[in-house]
Amino acid sequence: MTEELVMILDILRGTSYAMTPLILAAVGEIVAERAGIVNIGLEGIMLLSGFMAVVFAEMAMNPWIGVLAGIGMGALIGLIHGYITAYLKGDHIISGLGINLFALGTVAFGIEAVWGVRGYYTPPLEAKVPIIPGIEISPLFIVMILITIGTYYLLYKTSIGLKIRAVGENPEAADVVGVNVELTQLLSAVYGAALAGLAGAFLSIDWLAAITKELPAGRGFIALALVNFANWNPILALGGGALFGFFWTLAEWIKNMAAIKAIIPVTLMNTIPYIATIAVVAGLIGRSRPPAHVGRPYKRE
Amino acid sequence: MGSLSSLKGKLVLLKGTLEKLVEIIFAIIVGFVIAGLMMYMGGFDPIKAYAAMFETSLSLTDPYYIAMTLSFATPVMLTALTFAIGVRAGLFNIGAEGQMYMGALGAVIVASWTLPGPLYLPLAFIVGSLLAAAWGLIAGLLKVLRGVNEVVSTIMLNWIAFWIVEYARVYVYPNPIDASKTISMPPPGRLPLLIRGTELSVSFIIAIITVFIVYYLLWHMVLGYEIRATGLNPTAARYGGINPKKTMLWAFIIGGIAAGLAGVSEITGRPPSYAITTGLSNLFGYGFDGIAVSLIGANHPLGIIPAAIFIGALSAGSRGMQTTAGVPLEMVKAVQGIIVWALAMPGLIRLIRRRMIRRRGVEL
Repeated sequence: MTEELVMILDILRGTSYAMTPLILAAVGEIVAERAGIVNIGLEGIMLLSGFMAVVFAEMAMNPWIGVLAGIGMGALIGLIHGYITAYLKGDHIISGLGINLFALGTVAFGIEAVWGVRGYYTPPLEAKVPIIPGIEISPLFIVMILITIGTYYLLYKTSIGLKIRAVGENPEAADVVGVNVELTQLLSAVYGAALAGLAGAFLSIDWLAAITKELPAGRGFIALALVNFANWNPILALGGGALFGFFWTLAEWIKNMAAIKAIIPVTLMNTIPYIATIAVVAGLIGRSRPPAHVGRPYKRE
Repeated sequence: MGSLSSLKGKLVLLKGTLEKLVEIIFAIIVGFVIAGLMMYMGGFDPIKAYAAMFETSLSLTDPYYIAMTLSFATPVMLTALTFAIGVRAGLFNIGAEGQMYMGALGAVIVASWTLPGPLYLPLAFIVGSLLAAAWGLIAGLLKVLRGVNEVVSTIMLNWIAFWIVEYARVYVYPNPIDASKTISMPPPGRLPLLIRGTELSVSFIIAIITVFIVYYLLWHMVLGYEIRATGLNPTAARYGGINPKKTMLWAFIIGGIAAGLAGVSEITGRPPSYAITTGLSNLFGYGFDGIAVSLIGANHPLGIIPAAIFIGALSAGSRGMQTTAGVPLEMVKAVQGIIVWALAMPGLIRLIRRRMIRRRGVEL
């Protein structure tokens, strides 16, 4: 193989990793927002689930138990968030902020309580999700693609999807035709948070194979930007996520080149994914439309 | 008649305030109980931990502890204003963290200059708050001109600020003697301590004054009226002749200044480093703590003062909790998170009350 081909394959492989957590969290959030529930706590869910995934994967010495624990942790947070927003008519943003603050403290506390180290822990190799031999990518990348396509199908080709979208667009009308608005919102919030949980597990026991209190590093919020970018459509999130992941990987790759390193220090290059996210979102003004009743509590007259 | 209806209005206001207070106290209790359970599950003694926390934060036996509590209350009081002003304008500005970093960077830039002694302090405050205001304004312009959601843009700007300041710490303003921090503010540029031997400086008084200025601005000045009108209903505000976009920009600028003051006061008024330390460790988190303070303080400047002292007590007491009960000090951040989460459930109290009334009804 020529040097260029190796380089291109390297970047593509890196992109497959960088895009996976973004798309998982974004696709989940698309379902929740389609039902009218905004969750800005994706970042916190990734962090908590990433932590739980390491704890359980290490305990069972089985990465798949860890993946399930991550999903379960996400679903649990989604259940609480959904209950607060759909049933108690609480503020979506404040609940999301609560998730993020809670995660930050709990995980920093948990890392020290469980392993007796401060801030950083690397799980043993047996707890890490194995790569698919031959093609050298993560099985969770394949899972992500399947989930995205499945979610698209669910939203647009099934009656459940129609109900979800109706609740987010016009809850009064959905209510009148007999849709259980609160339950639909609750389950959508659980689904969204569970996928964010899977994204967290992917970060901690697959891609990065470590747990720190900065594990998601803003990815939860980039996923929120991706939801907007994708115009609340899972398939577009797949494409957009690939783009975001590509930029992230390219930046990682460029900043470690000796010639670049000499001119621009790595610390400064670390800003690129965040600047790229702002630039992409700022570039698409007016071209996306959120669900009409998103983020507002539905109160029956 | 007039006085009677105004009395009635005052009573309604009082009732609303009392209800809010009950809600907040309830959330705080929930926070402590759940965090206590988490400590218990982690193999710690929550009673011992909370006792140690109280003794090293609010106990009157040693003024040192109170002073530490107030010193921790100082930055979060200021970053809470950032969030509160945003909420009043209908914005979720969660960018105080990055704006505070920029404020601290501004102070360090001034510290690097060779100046006549008395100029350090005023220039640190001016440069720091201007830099932070500019950082806040970026999110404002993105919102107003390009429709970018401020939740996403402010978090991205926090990370960008983190890496820029970390870059400046390592490459531009490294301390020649101690590689773990930037150059320190020279002694003439340091705020005097209020109590010797503690970390409590005049910055606490500056923070309190800032809170009252913001209060005056929001409730007794035209701009404040416009900010609150925009937050309540931007469409109606526009009909009333207010330009909501301009108002939002001002909310970002003023919020940025408040967060910038927090950063500057950490450099000019916090012994022993008077500098930015590795990984921004002496700044990290004050912006997010400010969100909790603002929400516990009902997003009201005057509520923010006691809320900041409460969060300051948690931070100060977390050290005692760690040494006495062995609980990692990050536990208090989990307490904060649960409190904020519980505050998002206003319906819960109503639900509990309704159930209690129903139960009482059955017993009768």
